[in-house]
Amino acid sequence: MTFNAIKRLAVDSGLPLHEAALVADMTESGNNPEETRAQLSEFLRVILEESEKQYGKAQDTLTGLTGTNAKKAHDRGVLYHSRFTHVAIVASLSICESNASMGRVVACPTAGASGVIPGIFYALSKENAFPFAHLLPGFILASAIGNVIAAKATLSGAAGGCQAEIGSAAAMGAGALAYLSGGDAETVDSAAALVLKSLLGLVCDPVGGFVEAPCVKRNAIAVTAAISAAELALSGVTSVIPFDETVDAMRRVGQTLPMELRETGLGGLAATRTAKQLVDRIQTRFQKP
Amino acid sequence: MSLVNVGGPVMIGPSSSHTLGALRIGRFGNYFLGKTPDKAEFFLHQSFGQTYMGHGTDRALLAGVMGFGDADRAVKDALGIALSRGLVYSFHQEDLGEVHPNTVKMLLYDGADSQEIWASSIGAGMIRIIKINGVECDLSGAYPTLILVNKDIPGALNMILEKIDANVANLYLRRINKLLAKALTIVELDSDLSLRSLLEIKSLPVILEAYYVKSLSDVAQDRVGGLL
Ligand code: SF4
Repeated sequence: MTFNAIKRLAVDSGLPLHEAALVADMTESGNNPEETRAQLSEFLRVILEESEKQYGKAQDTLTGLTGTNAKKAHDRGVLYHSRFTHVAIVASLSICESNASMGRVVACPTAGASGVIPGIFYALSKENAFPFAHLLPGFILASAIGNVIAAKATLSGAAGGCQAEIGSAAAMGAGALAYLSGGDAETVDSAAALVLKSLLGLVCDPVGGFVEAPCVKRNAIAVTAAISAAELALSGVTSVIPFDETVDAMRRVGQTLPMELRETGLGGLAATRTAKQLVDRIQTRFQKP
Repeated sequence: MSLVNVGGPVMIGPSSSHTLGALRIGRFGNYFLGKTPDKAEFFLHQSFGQTYMGHGTDRALLAGVMGFGDADRAVKDALGIALSRGLVYSFHQEDLGEVHPNTVKMLLYDGADSQEIWASSIGAGMIRIIKINGVECDLSGAYPTLILVNKDIPGALNMILEKIDANVANLYLRRINKLLAKALTIVELDSDLSLRSLLEIKSLPVILEAYYVKSLSDVAQDRVGGLL
């Protein structure tokens, strides 16, 4: 499945882009579009419910490397960003810290990158008063963008680095935001491509192999990148390289990443002196009854 | 992949391979026994062994053997819940040889009986059951599965298949012990077996032991938030 194919189907059938994505999914996976819509609707419902519940809260995470970031950002309030972006950042941190403390999350597209999509959708619902029914088409399209990446490349950090996890999440979020803001198919394509290009090459290097540092904060930075990309695309900025080809590039970059930079906890940030000291400290924490 | 795979699932964090997969492996054990064991020993290989506490793999495995669903918020408290239910457990690091880095060997006890299950978490929450009581297999847990120890005599398989009233997806046959003429038959089914069919199979003279494991795929209830 390519994004171009979905765009073409939308033009040929006269269907809105997200409906074309549902039809394309049916053709490929055999899934009934109405069942898919219902299932995705349930995922979105949980995303919004958990965002509301965890928003700005401190969490007791498994390793203790994170857990207070959502609260800090929330307590300090807006500094330079818009309210919208601020809420997106806080929601994103909240979900990721909840994930790190064995909370309930929607792995959209993965558990490690589960903060970006909640950031975008919770901010739309809170700050722009989008009702659920208006958000759902954006969530369907986000899933379709992720599915294009899964088909052409990968969504797994162990296989393709963090560009494949958080990079993909950002592309899904940017595309959805552009779409829900009235952007057409080309605008969505550019929004998704612009942010994926900006995160191209991002390595997967979690400290100790745990989904906390840098994962939690990377989600929050990625959500701002996704918003920036959508805003650029909506203002008419186009991506020189189209989305489908950007995904191809991402796959090739992932294939050339050494094993150390693919979730093994051996390279990048995980190989720093501080990371090693922290891992020792975490081991002692686990030793305690 | 499909839109539904990308958009979800709802799960307990932090990791689909180290937490969700572990939970599903444990739940396979629960379904296999048909109940929560009274003792569970876990032997964790490589990555599972090195990082299990930081991923909550221990809590997920235990929650699984108690039958918890994928998105059950009580998974987090599984260690305490196991204690309060009198489920004795232990975790060990062990080199299990040439298997996936995220592999666990589970010994599940029910009174004097025990079952040994080896399973790997292969990413994105997907699992493979690779060995049951010493017999190698390759089960995804996605199908309802019939696991039979039967007499290794001509015609045994036909007698079993005749009684199955669901479509067969995959079939595995292994001779366990030639001297005792025992074989293991594993049947993955497209849909659930009727109770009648199951009882008829159990009462076949060629059947020595029979286990019926439900599909793992559709359990996502939340004990804290919803059902309990
Ligand atoms: S650094 Fe690795 S584990 Fe963390 S979010 Fe990125 S891909 Fe996932």
